[in-house]
Amino acid sequence: MHPAPSVIFFTVFSGLGFGLLTWLGLGYPSVTGWTAFAFFAIAYAMAVGGLLSSTFHLGRPERAIKAFTQWRSSWLSREAWCAVGALVAMGLYGAGLVFLGERYSLLGIIGAALSMATVFTTSMIYTQLKTIPRWNMPVTPVKFLSLSLAGGALLSGQVTAALVLLIIAGAVQLLTWSMGDKALAASGTDMASATGLGGIGKVRAFEPPHTGTNYLLREFVHEIGRKHSQKLRIISLVLMVALPVILLALPFSHFLALLAVISHVAGVLTARWLFFAEAEHVVGLYYGKR
Amino acid sequence: MTTLPTQTDKKLGLVIDLDTCVGCHACVISCKGWNTENYGAPLSDQNAYGADNSGTFLNRVHSFEVQPEAADAAAQLIHFPKSCLHCEDAPCVTVCPTGASYKRVEDGIVLVNESDCIGCGLCAWACPYGARELDQAEGVMKKCTLCVDRIYNENLPEEDRQPACVRTCPAGARHFGDLGDPDSDVSKLVAERGGMDLMPEQGTKPVNKYLPPRPKDAMPEFDVLAPFLEPVAQEPKGFLGWLDKTLEKL
Amino acid sequence: MNQPVLDLSPKVSDEVRKTTCYMCACRCGINVHMKDGKVAYIEGNKDHPVNQGVLCAKGSAGIMQVNAPSRLRKPLKRVGPRGSGEFEEIEWDEALKIATEWLEPVRRDNPEKLAFFTGRDQSQSFTSFWAQNFGTCNYAAHGGFCSVNMAAAGIYTMGGAFWEFGQPDWDHTKLFMLFGVAEDHDSNPIKMGIGKIKKRGARVIGVNPIRTGYNAVADDWVGITPGTDGLFILSMIHCLMKAGKMDLNYLAQYTNAPVLVINNPGADDHGLLMRDENGKELVIDRATGKLTPFDQPGVKPDLAATYEKDGRTHRPVFHQMADMYLDDQYAPENVADRCGIPADRIRAIAAELARVAFEESFELDHAWTDFRGEKHDKMIGRPVSFHSMRGISAHANGFQTCRALHTLQIILGTVEVPGGFRFKPPYPKPATAHPKPHCKVTADAPLDGPHLGFVHGPADLALKDDGTPARIDKAFTWENPMSSHGLMHMVISNAYAGDPYKIDVLFMYMANMSWNSSMNTRGVIDMLTDTDENGEYVIPKLIYSDAYSSEMVAYSDLVLPDTTYLERHDCISLLDRPICEADAAADAIRWPVIEPDRDVKGFQSMLCELGAMLKLPGFTNEDGSQKYADYGDYIVNHERKPGIGPLAGFRGENGDQAGRGAVNPNQLDRYIENGGFFVEHIPAGANYYKPWNAAYQDWAVGMGLYDKPEPYLFSLYSEPMRKFQLAAEGHGERQPPEHLRERIKEKMSPLPIWYSSEEENKADAFPVTALTQRPMAMYHSWGSQNAWLRQLHGHNPLYLPTKLMRENNLADGDWAKVTSPHGEITVPVLEMAALNENTVWTWNAIGKRKGAWALEENAPEATRGFLLNHLIHELLPPKGDGLRWANSDPITGQAAWFDLKVRIEKTPAPDESKPGFDAIKSPVGKGPKDLKWKVGK
Ligand SMILES: Nc1nc2c(c(=O)[nH]1)N[C@H]1C(S)=C(S)[C@@H](COP(=O)(O)OP(=O)(O)OC[C@H]3O[C@@H](n4cnc5c(=O)[nH]c(N)nc54)[C@H](O)[C@@H]3O)O[C@H]1N2
Ligand SMILES: Nc1nc2c(c(=O)[nH]1)N[C@H]1C(S)=C(S)[C@@H](COP(=O)(O)OP(=O)(O)OC[C@H]3O[C@@H](n4cnc5c(=O)[nH]c(N)nc54)[C@H](O)[C@@H]3O)O[C@H]1N2
Ligand code: SF4
Ligand code: SF4
Ligand code: SF4
Ligand code: SF4
Ligand code: SF4
Ligand SMILES: [Mo]
Repeated sequence: MHPAPSVIFFTVFSGLGFGLLTWLGLGYPSVTGWTAFAFFAIAYAMAVGGLLSSTFHLGRPERAIKAFTQWRSSWLSREAWCAVGALVAMGLYGAGLVFLGERYSLLGIIGAALSMATVFTTSMIYTQLKTIPRWNMPVTPVKFLSLSLAGGALLSGQVTAALVLLIIAGAVQLLTWSMGDKALAASGTDMASATGLGGIGKVRAFEPPHTGTNYLLREFVHEIGRKHSQKLRIISLVLMVALPVILLALPFSHFLALLAVISHVAGVLTARWLFFAEAEHVVGLYYGKR
Repeated sequence: MTTLPTQTDKKLGLVIDLDTCVGCHACVISCKGWNTENYGAPLSDQNAYGADNSGTFLNRVHSFEVQPEAADAAAQLIHFPKSCLHCEDAPCVTVCPTGASYKRVEDGIVLVNESDCIGCGLCAWACPYGARELDQAEGVMKKCTLCVDRIYNENLPEEDRQPACVRTCPAGARHFGDLGDPDSDVSKLVAERGGMDLMPEQGTKPVNKYLPPRPKDAMPEFDVLAPFLEPVAQEPKGFLGWLDKTLEKL
Repeated sequence: MNQPVLDLSPKVSDEVRKTTCYMCACRCGINVHMKDGKVAYIEGNKDHPVNQGVLCAKGSAGIMQVNAPSRLRKPLKRVGPRGSGEFEEIEWDEALKIATEWLEPVRRDNPEKLAFFTGRDQSQSFTSFWAQNFGTCNYAAHGGFCSVNMAAAGIYTMGGAFWEFGQPDWDHTKLFMLFGVAEDHDSNPIKMGIGKIKKRGARVIGVNPIRTGYNAVADDWVGITPGTDGLFILSMIHCLMKAGKMDLNYLAQYTNAPVLVINNPGADDHGLLMRDENGKELVIDRATGKLTPFDQPGVKPDLAATYEKDGRTHRPVFHQMADMYLDDQYAPENVADRCGIPADRIRAIAAELARVAFEESFELDHAWTDFRGEKHDKMIGRPVSFHSMRGISAHANGFQTCRALHTLQIILGTVEVPGGFRFKPPYPKPATAHPKPHCKVTADAPLDGPHLGFVHGPADLALKDDGTPARIDKAFTWENPMSSHGLMHMVISNAYAGDPYKIDVLFMYMANMSWNSSMNTRGVIDMLTDTDENGEYVIPKLIYSDAYSSEMVAYSDLVLPDTTYLERHDCISLLDRPICEADAAADAIRWPVIEPDRDVKGFQSMLCELGAMLKLPGFTNEDGSQKYADYGDYIVNHERKPGIGPLAGFRGENGDQAGRGAVNPNQLDRYIENGGFFVEHIPAGANYYKPWNAAYQDWAVGMGLYDKPEPYLFSLYSEPMRKFQLAAEGHGERQPPEHLRERIKEKMSPLPIWYSSEEENKADAFPVTALTQRPMAMYHSWGSQNAWLRQLHGHNPLYLPTKLMRENNLADGDWAKVTSPHGEITVPVLEMAALNENTVWTWNAIGKRKGAWALEENAPEATRGFLLNHLIHELLPPKGDGLRWANSDPITGQAAWFDLKVRIEKTPAPDESKPGFDAIKSPVGKGPKDLKWKVGK
């Protein structure tokens, strides 16, 4: 898949933003007033910024509102509702904290749940796609959720939780890679099934249908070398999990925490780039690409 | 609308004969021509006269080489047209957040309502066959309409109420009809020739079917045909013997 | 569910205008849908005999062609050096004045100093009429480098050729064998035919080193070694003859197999056919045992009987064939390796041919009477058919190979019979019924007759009194005596060399001679730009008419911009290359369905004007005024003979006559009403066995195809060829130059032979054959300017067989240096398994010169695309005898494109494919970046 910056930004920052909102909704840290404002501002900047960035991916952003209509069947539509629900709930909840100094904990819990639901729906947009076996696994939402929670914990300063969750998220990430690497083969979709010609013999793509490029090739066919991807996996894991864990394990300082956050975000961005770049859409088979 | 109809009155679709498709791309361009001028926005082209040129097409012809197992068997080349298969369980429809993508109840045609489409691309992600292309100029999703504006079009003579690609195919490799009706010509053709689904494991239940190539290079070996080349005369008798024997037949 | 409401019956167009496609030379009928006076959509015309509604990719992309930014807009006068692309736009008055100033003195003094050559055109009967009137002998179209082998071998052998002049009986054939065809001119009909017969379960055998397209859908693929088809065919003939699997009756009745050959060693008639005093070939009648002219009523020609006279035994052709082809050199075992086909496979195919021809034969209930007056109550069908094109034609042994293929067809009795191969009117027509070449030039007067035709012996050659070639292209000379289409590919090099003489004006039309239609492209560019000691161009003046900004435009001094095919009148005439079917005579027109939005003129209309300005008799009235206002006027009013004109339909004052009839001033309107074409069906019972069928012959006379019935025998044995041999043996006054004697003796065998040209092409050092194929969705160089088509074929890789990929350690996307004895190119490669293991190939004419066709200079056509033409030379590599032999068929002069031998070497990827050329300055600017084409609202 084409690792489009808009979508990488969207998923990474909305994941972090909603992760942070989740923790805030549960009352961690339990802040009010301007401190709360700061936390909420960061969370909203990330969540809303992420959502906005996703609209850059749209051919017709001015009609984005229409995406709310199909919540019965579409995960993208559900995501839109959840996101709005989470933002509204958390907005009211946050207003209570910031302006009234009141914590409406039920509202917070609802907001937290909606935030997690938003992350879940986001993940389901990818998970549901049978066409991309690497994503089409139950562990995909686990990965999104664990990362979001870990990132949220990190941002909300929940050191212990962050340590634990980061390690969990790292483990889940490793699991998705190892399962993902086998997913295409396991899916049963290959050149033979794509063409129905497997009964005759071994199928190989010959001339492509066009010498120029097209939307499909740009969007779905992104081949990345194995060596390259191994390297990036290590880098992303180090940045996303290892380095933050070390930094958090050291005696706490705001500077180290900030470093941990930066490292984590960089790691997630790298991992997310790989999430897309490594994903093989089955349509590539028609072009002889995996 | 993104939910799929539980059932459609008809299952209109194409049957593509891989045994006769010569890979001429006629269907590709006639589709481009019709759909540029008709349904929805024109199919645009970028860098039309330069490098990295690309454009929106609803139908593309691939080609594959197949190497049979047998050691001395020659490789085969199969031209392979591909457009929307109008799947019964069309994942492109259910993922659509706006309802722009839908499957028609009357005939099962899968369409994009361009005025609702936000161009999120998700439906194309969900389609295993690469049957959807996002038009770069219009920002909306484009796909085969099964020429919905031809097949019922009362401004066209009866015989022309068929998809542009079918009408134009010089080799007669494309057939159009109701695959939900077991008595239709297309259904019979599918039954007769063992029509197949592409990527059945994806669970999309495509309506379009592909007729597999007939066995190739299957001419009987010479020993079977030998009686037809029995020499008329044995060598020693020479030319005149041959001539006599040959002309006996007159 | 609430679905959007769709308009299921949108208005398709305001109006449909029916005309003829010209995105290639197949000439399909098209419906041009108009909205607001603009072209909105093009589809096939269902009523049209050629395409019956279907349309190929090019045809459907016509809308992008008539809107292409590359269209020329105004006459151009060169201001920069040739090849720079620097021009000044001028008015038509000035353009025609320049042309007249250049041409007038030429016509007055030395008409042959004008060489007028036309390319991919369909108005040869018109352009040759113009050239005849001008008086130059130097006229031809592009057939000489295209497929003259196919045309000439067919006409000399059977009075008709494959090409688009005949077709398999698609309704009845059960075995269809295709030799060396990727696309061909009759491309939609072939596809329709293949589709049709495959549906019926008939077998298709494709003989081709490359398995794509037609050959990919063929049931059986014979991946033959290029250049060896003749041997393969002769081997099958060997098998069939040996087994007596021939249609002896057919051979006896309709071919010259029973005709006696004079046995008179050393004399000047040795090997000629025995004839009576009226020139009729003689056979022995089986009933009487007597020597009789072949066409006498009741004659049953004897294939076996010999004739004794003066102590000499004269034997029929059939004996000679048996002698020759029963020989073991043609046994499958002895040809298998050379052809790359196992011996048993050759036998199996021969046996299958025999099985289908004779075991699956059938009868049609059509009574008919043959030319001898014999009545037949049935027509016997032999459901085996063949088709072939440049894969056979474009080799130096192509003429003989094609003759061999016709021989195979004929011994199976499968020409002009149900289920076999059938001619389309105006064929069948024996070579003797065609004109002979004319070359007598008189200052200030027309030529003595048509330029091109069929020679029947040395006397017909186009030689001057001193024995030197009369024509600039040296057609109809000892070098290539039977060059019926001329040799356009030799014009520039001969004119440059001043051999046989210098010319003053080179006038060309519709031929991209500085690029894809030339061999040795770089060399041709140099010849076009080279100057003499006075700084003048060696080829002094070059006038060219194109419709688009092609590579050739850049080399012209005066460019006369043509219309596109939807903007002009054209005539697809029975006098030329009509649209007939085996069951019908048919012709068609083009007419201006849109008006040009540029200052351009239809080329033929322009010639009507120029002809009048030059006072050419055929183009001027007695009062000196212009005779034909434009081409439309000519099409309607010109008469070749009284009652016969360019169009056969709607003749006579009331438009109710076909073939012959007075001029009908409303003829074009009648064509337009009828969908742009005219069809006259051959009556049932007259539509098979046409060369011998009295009913057909009479019908053809009625249609004006012949002046009198012309029944004839198929020439398995070619007497004209024997005459050239006799000359080479020293007989007759006209004698070949010494260095050609041996070659003529050997190559002009009156019975088909096979020979290799591998040695001449240095196959020992360059072991791999390099071929091109036509892409179905591109027409030569025209397609690249088409925004839709160029997305399909924007650059071309060289396809290598798996073996060569491995041997050279190549992977897909690598680059290779390809070297021939003549040159070197560097190109990207891709692997192909379904390919003869010593053959490489690419799509033809995809590579473009930077700056041409209004493309951006970094267009992939120019940066990755390439031509094989840089590797091919019009002359063979020197062989050390001090002479340079032409890279062409020694009989017809057909350019031997496919004899190209190369070797391959891996090389690091360069920035661009090589050789690179400087950019031409585009005389029409560049196209827009993006397209969103929609005409209606
Ligand atoms: N390597 C290799 N080379 C080959 C061949 C091959 O197989 N391999 N094939 C050979 C053969 S068979 C042929 S026939 C030649 C063909 O080669 P060409 O005869 O050069 O054919 P085109 O490229 O079609 O170019 C014809 C020119 O006609 C112009 N043209 C198009 N439409 C019009 C019109 O309406 N009016 C006018 N006035 N001009 C127009 C085009 O712009 C173009 O410049 O190529 C030969 N060259
Ligand atoms: N789409 C399209 N149609 C065209 C044209 C075009 O440019 N585009 N050009 C038109 C013109 S001008 C012409 S002349 C015709 C030509 O029509 P074709 O004769 O189909 O011409 P080519 O594409 O040159 O194909 C030659 C075929 O012969 C095969 N071949 C080469 N050498 C041998 C051999 O030794 N033996 C055998 N058995 N096969 C061999 C090649 O692999 C190739 O498949 O097409 C006409 N139609
Ligand atoms: S082929 Fe693709 S676009 Fe068409 S219905 Fe099936 S999934 Fe949807
Ligand atoms: S691109 Fe358009 S049709 Fe496709 S899912 Fe998005 S909104 Fe629906
Ligand atoms: S049915 Fe119509 S829209 Fe679909 S591929 Fe064919 S021509 Fe294109
Ligand atoms: S038009 Fe017909 S033969 Fe040509 S590529 Fe399409 S399906 Fe194949
Ligand atoms: S084959 Fe194609 S390009 Fe040629 S005349 Fe027919 S439709 Fe036009
Ligand atoms: Mo040609």
